[in-house]
Amino acid sequence: MKHIAIIGNGISGVTAARHIRKLSDHKITLISAETEHFFSRTALMYVYMGHMKPEHIKPYEDHFWAKNRIDLKMGFVSNVDASNKKLLFDSGEEMHFDDLIIASGSKPNKFGWKGQDLDGVQGLYSWQDLELMEENSVNCDRAVIVGGGLIGIEMAEMFLSRGIKVTFLVREKRFWGSVLPKEEGELVSRHILSHHVDLRFETELDEIIPDENGRVKAIRTKDGEEIMCQFVGLTAGVGPNTSFLKDGSVALNRGVLVNDFLETNIPNVYSIGDCAEFHQHPTGRRNMEQVWYTGKMMGETVAQTICGNKTAYKPGVWFNSAKFFDIEYQTYGWVWAEPKENEAILYWEHTDGKKCLKLVYDMTDNSFLAANVFGIRLRHKVLDYWIKHKTKIKVVLQNLEDANFEPEFYENSFPEIKKQFQSQIP
Amino acid sequence: MNQIDKDITMVSGPPKDINITQKIATFIGVAGLLILVLAAFNVNFPNKGLWLAIALASIAGGIILFSKGAYGNKQEGIKNDGVWFKGISSRGFVAWVAGIAMTSFYVVLYFFEGLLGANPGAANTGVISLFDPLSRMLSGNDASQWFVYGTLYTVAIVAFGIKFMWKYRNNKYERLRTFSVMFFQTGFAFIIPELMARLNSDTFKLPYTDIKSIWPLNYGNFDQYRVDEYINAGNVGLFLLIFGVASILIVTPIMTYKFGKRWYCSWVCGCGGLAETAGDPFRQLSDKSTAAWKVERWVIHSVVVFSVVMTTAVISTYLGYDSEKYWFTKDTFLLCVVSILTLVIGLLFAFRRDELMKDAKIGAIGYFAIVLATIGLHYSSADSIFLIETGSLRQSYGFLIGAVFSGVIGTGFYPIFGNRVWCRFGCPMAAIMGMQQRFFSKFRITTNGGQCISCGNCSTYCEMGIDVKAYAQKGQNIVRSSCVGCGVCSAVCPRGVLKLENGEDSGDSRYDSDPITFGNDGVKLNV
Repeated sequence: MKHIAIIGNGISGVTAARHIRKLSDHKITLISAETEHFFSRTALMYVYMGHMKPEHIKPYEDHFWAKNRIDLKMGFVSNVDASNKKLLFDSGEEMHFDDLIIASGSKPNKFGWKGQDLDGVQGLYSWQDLELMEENSVNCDRAVIVGGGLIGIEMAEMFLSRGIKVTFLVREKRFWGSVLPKEEGELVSRHILSHHVDLRFETELDEIIPDENGRVKAIRTKDGEEIMCQFVGLTAGVGPNTSFLKDGSVALNRGVLVNDFLETNIPNVYSIGDCAEFHQHPTGRRNMEQVWYTGKMMGETVAQTICGNKTAYKPGVWFNSAKFFDIEYQTYGWVWAEPKENEAILYWEHTDGKKCLKLVYDMTDNSFLAANVFGIRLRHKVLDYWIKHKTKIKVVLQNLEDANFEPEFYENSFPEIKKQFQSQIP
Repeated sequence: MNQIDKDITMVSGPPKDINITQKIATFIGVAGLLILVLAAFNVNFPNKGLWLAIALASIAGGIILFSKGAYGNKQEGIKNDGVWFKGISSRGFVAWVAGIAMTSFYVVLYFFEGLLGANPGAANTGVISLFDPLSRMLSGNDASQWFVYGTLYTVAIVAFGIKFMWKYRNNKYERLRTFSVMFFQTGFAFIIPELMARLNSDTFKLPYTDIKSIWPLNYGNFDQYRVDEYINAGNVGLFLLIFGVASILIVTPIMTYKFGKRWYCSWVCGCGGLAETAGDPFRQLSDKSTAAWKVERWVIHSVVVFSVVMTTAVISTYLGYDSEKYWFTKDTFLLCVVSILTLVIGLLFAFRRDELMKDAKIGAIGYFAIVLATIGLHYSSADSIFLIETGSLRQSYGFLIGAVFSGVIGTGFYPIFGNRVWCRFGCPMAAIMGMQQRFFSKFRITTNGGQCISCGNCSTYCEMGIDVKAYAQKGQNIVRSSCVGCGVCSAVCPRGVLKLENGEDSGDSRYDSDPITFGNDGVKLNV
C-alpha cells in the first residue's frame, strides 16, 4: 500500500482520488488550501445569485470521503521536495508521499495593468474569490468586467442578478471572438446587450484608478475614456497555479510539463487538470486545456497508471458547453473562429435570433467535423459517433433528428434545419 | 462619466426585494384573504355571493399580478435569482409564519370545522356560509368545510398555475403539464362532482366522486357505504365502481409502463397539482441526503402496506357479515388480494432481483409475510376481525395518513420541508406507481454523455429530494421510483444534460451507466 498525495481537490484531483480508490487500497490524501470539501467550481456563480447555497454545490455528501477512505487535508503546500518525496506546508508540517499528483488548478490572469492589485479588483476562480466578490459587491453601483470570455459573462450575469450595472470590455470585435465564429459571437453579443449590459467591443483596459483609500473608483480605457466603477473584474482567462513549485525540480513551462502518461520529469510525480501542460498534446489540441471535462478525464487516466495499468491520456472528440445568460451552448469537434481552407460551413439561425446550429464538414471527403449549437440541446453520444467515425455530411443530415436532445414537446426546428442544409450541400 | 444605459427596469435591486407591482399585488391578494378571515370571525357580509366573488377574484388576481411583477419584465429563462436570499423560500421568518398559518388552517379544517362555521343540522355561519351561494349554484346544496377547501384549493392551483406557466414560459413541457393539472383540478375534482350531486334525489344517490382520485390515494373509495351507493345507483354507479377498480388495476399499470408515474403525479393528481403550483417556490427545500432517502423508502412502503391491510380488512369485514348482499364473497376477495400481491412480489423477484437493494429485499419479503399472516389469521378465524378492530384501523388510517400526514404535514409544512413531503414519504399511490416505474416502465431521465459539470442545480430543485447530479455526473440514467417527472431538473440544467424520455426499452439497458467520462477514449473499464 503506497501513499498517494494529491495537491488540489478540484474536479481533476477528486476524480483521480475516486478512481484510485475504485482500483486499489492505497492510502489517499487530498490536499487543499481552498475548502475542506470538493465543490463544483463552475457553480460558484449560482451561489452568488442565490440559486443555491454553498452546500448544494458539493457533488458528494460530506460522509463520502471517510466512507471511501479518502483523507482530506486542509493546508497550503509551500514546496515539493521531490527527491525526498516530501511535501512542505507553510505551517511547517511535512508529508511523505510515494506518488504525487499535482492538480493545483489555475489562477486568474493579470497582465500587469496599473492598479490591478487595488481593493475592489479581482478575478473569479476560487471560493475565496467568491467571498471577496460578495464583500466587494456592497454599495457597488457599477462593475467593469475586463475580458470577454466565459468567466466574464458569468460575472456579468451575477452582477445583474444583484441589480449592479455592468460595463463589459471586450478586446475583440465580438464576444469571445478568439473562440466563437462571427455568427455565433454576434448572436451572443446581441443577447448580452438585450440584458442591458454596457458592452464595449474593441475596448481595452489601460489603467485602474484608485480613490484615496486605495479602492478602485474608475477605470480608463486605452481610448482614454474614464468609467466610474466600484468593482473591476479581471476575467481575461486563467493561467496555471504553479508558484509553489519554486525549487525548480519539477519541470515547468507555463504549467507543469507532462508527457502522454501525465508524468512529469520526476518519477512518481504526475500532473493533471488546469495546471498540466503537455510537451505536445496527444491529439494535437492546445497543450493546456482548462476545462472541467478534460480535468475529469485526466483524473480517470492517471488513476489507471498509478494503480499499475499504465494508460496514455487519450481524450476523444472535443466537446464543451456553457450558458450565456439564457442561451445554452454546446460544441462538439472543433469549430474554428475562422474556418480552415478545407472546411465548409452550414449555418442555420432561428428567426428569433437566439438559436442557431452550425455544422462544419470537410470539403475534400464530405466528412462531418464539428458542430456549434446555441439554444438547442444535442445528444452528445450521437455527435461524438458522427465525428469520430467521419460520417458523411449527407448521412448526418439524413439522421439529424437522432441528435435531438430537446425536452419533450419543444418546438422542433430539425425539419427546417434539415431542409435548409440539404439544399446547401453538393 | 460616460453615457450609461439608463434603462434598468430589468434590474429591480437585490433579488430579495419585491418591486412596486408585486407590492400592489400583495395588497390586493391579502385584502381578498382578509375578507375570508373576517367572515371566519363571523363578520356578516350582506351580499355573500358578491363578497365571495370579490374575495376569490382578489386572491387570484393578486397572485397573477404578483407573477407579472416577478416575470413580466424578464426574458424567458430560469428564474431562480435570490431563491436562497428570500425568507419565504429559504425557511426564513416569513416561511415559518406561513407554515404555521397553513398548518393551523388544516388543523381547524380537519378537526374543528365548527370554527369555520359548520353547524351540524343547522344553517352555516362564518366563512362557510360565505361560500353557500357558490355551492348552491353548483350542487344546489349549502356549502361544507370541504367545499370551502375545494374552492380555495382550485383557486390556488389555477392562480399559482398561471404563475408557474409564466415562470417557465420557455418550457413547453412545463406549460402543458401545468395546464393539465389546472384542468383536472377544476373539472374533475371540483366542478363535476358538485354537478353530479344535482343528480341525487330521494331514490338515487351517488357518492361524491372525483374519478381521477384513485385508490389507495383515495383510501375510502371502497368503504361499505360508498360501495352500496354505487351498487344501488344502477349503471352509472356500477360504472363508477368498476372504473375505480380498473383505475388501479388496469389504467395505472398501463400508463405507468408507457410514461412513468408522471402521467398521474405531475399531470393529473390534485395533491401533485397543488405541490407543482402553489408549492413550486418551496421545491428546493426537500432533503437530498441519502439518509432522507432511506427514511423515505421505509416510510412510504409502510404506508402502502398499511393502506392495503386497512382496505382489505374493511372490505372483507363487510363482505363477511353482509355476505348475502354481495356476489363477491369474503373468501374470493381475500384470495384475489393474496394472488395479486403474490404476483407483484413474484414478478419483482423473478425479473428484477439484481436491481433490488438489500433493504428493499428485506422490506419486500418482510412486509409480504406480514400481510399474508394478517390475512391468514383473518381467513382462518371465521368472524374475528384483523388483529385490530377494523373500524378503528380505518379510523386511525384516516386520521394519521389521510388528515395529519397528507394535509397538516404534507401541505401545511410546504415552506419548511418542501412541497412534496406527502408525495415522497406518504402517498401509497405514489409508492405503487413508483415501484412499477423503477422496475417495469419505459420512463427514465437520460444523461447527455459527458456534459455534466456537477453544478447541483438539478438536485437542488428536485422536489422529491433525488440527488439527480449523483447520477448525471456518472453518466447514468436516472431511474428512481420517487421521480414524479416534473421536468424541472432538465429545465434548470445549464448544460442541457437531462432529458425525460419514454425510451423504446424497459429492460436492463435503462440502468446502464458510463463509469468513465464519455469521450475519454484512453480508459476502458469492465464494470
